[in-house]
Amino acid sequence: MDLKTLIPQKLKEEFPSTEFEVSEYRDELTIKFEKKIIVDVCSFLKSDVDLEFVWCSDITAIDWATRKNRFTVVYNIFSMKHNFRLRLKCDVDESDCSIDTVSSVWQAANWQERETYDMYGIKFKNHPDLRRMYMPEEFEYHPLRKDFPLMGIPGSLPLPKK
Amino acid sequence: MGLESYLKDEGFLTTTIDAMIAWARKSSVWPMPMGISCCAIEMMAAGDPKYDIARFGSEVMRFTPRQCDLMIVAGTVTYKMAPVVRKIYDQMPDPKWVIAMGACTSSGGMYRSYSVVQGIDQFLPVDIYLAGCPPRPDNLLHALMMIQEKIGKTKAAQFKNIKIDDKGITVPDLNVIQKN
Repeated sequence: MDLKTLIPQKLKEEFPSTEFEVSEYRDELTIKFEKKIIVDVCSFLKSDVDLEFVWCSDITAIDWATRKNRFTVVYNIFSMKHNFRLRLKCDVDESDCSIDTVSSVWQAANWQERETYDMYGIKFKNHPDLRRMYMPEEFEYHPLRKDFPLMGIPGSLPLPKK
Repeated sequence: MGLESYLKDEGFLTTTIDAMIAWARKSSVWPMPMGISCCAIEMMAAGDPKYDIARFGSEVMRFTPRQCDLMIVAGTVTYKMAPVVRKIYDQMPDPKWVIAMGACTSSGGMYRSYSVVQGIDQFLPVDIYLAGCPPRPDNLLHALMMIQEKIGKTKAAQFKNIKIDDKGITVPDLNVIQKN
């Protein structure tokens, strides 16, 4: 069976009470679902013998600025066995700006989640070492948020004295 | 033949200490290659046989700041990198000079962004701003020649590491590094 139909079908069997929003764009499959089952879905996709999504190639987020669910966390994963890319999406609202970490599933997710936390301020619950990736530790803002000015906030990053 | 014949005839020359020191200093400017991004490639090219920075006595790129006279800041300086650049500059002994090589170091260049310092003159005293993105090696040599000209015009008493004590005698100022 084609993976594009097999993956949604397997997910529906495994998680019958959850709604999966499946879409396809430019020959790539995207699956959107609620954030509370993210760890279960990821470990299922990795461990299932027919799928084997062993590589988490990237984790990032989208800031929609004005929408009800302000952020969308995006997981790009890859199956070496089938040479197949899959995109997972979970909505995160600003009022509860957190999602469970998948670093227990893929070790590679550790730094990718730290980067997403640094740039968007989304907290990854149970993350072993959630520090900033790029910006200095004492920096208070999250630069890739839409309300962050392009030139930064004056005085927020200290310079040495002349 | 050559120099020896002059020595045989005259055997001495008259000059000032300032001129002698300036001549010695400007003929052996040792650069600190602060190569942070792509400008560093052009800086390396300036050292190769085609452009040959050795013609100006500056082939001795030292990777320890304690042996350098000239800091060539070649590349984009981010806010996170700025304290590092300043620390290395502070470790260089006086007298010292700075070339801001390329558009990024001079003004932030095309990186008009929160993370890039919009000109290193916000935290370093810059002597030469060098245009280009990146500047060609011959442009860097031109900047070096301008530095040499500046060194040649500077009198020894004007350097920051000299002070005049209460008896009117010039002595080295040992606290100069802490003062920066």
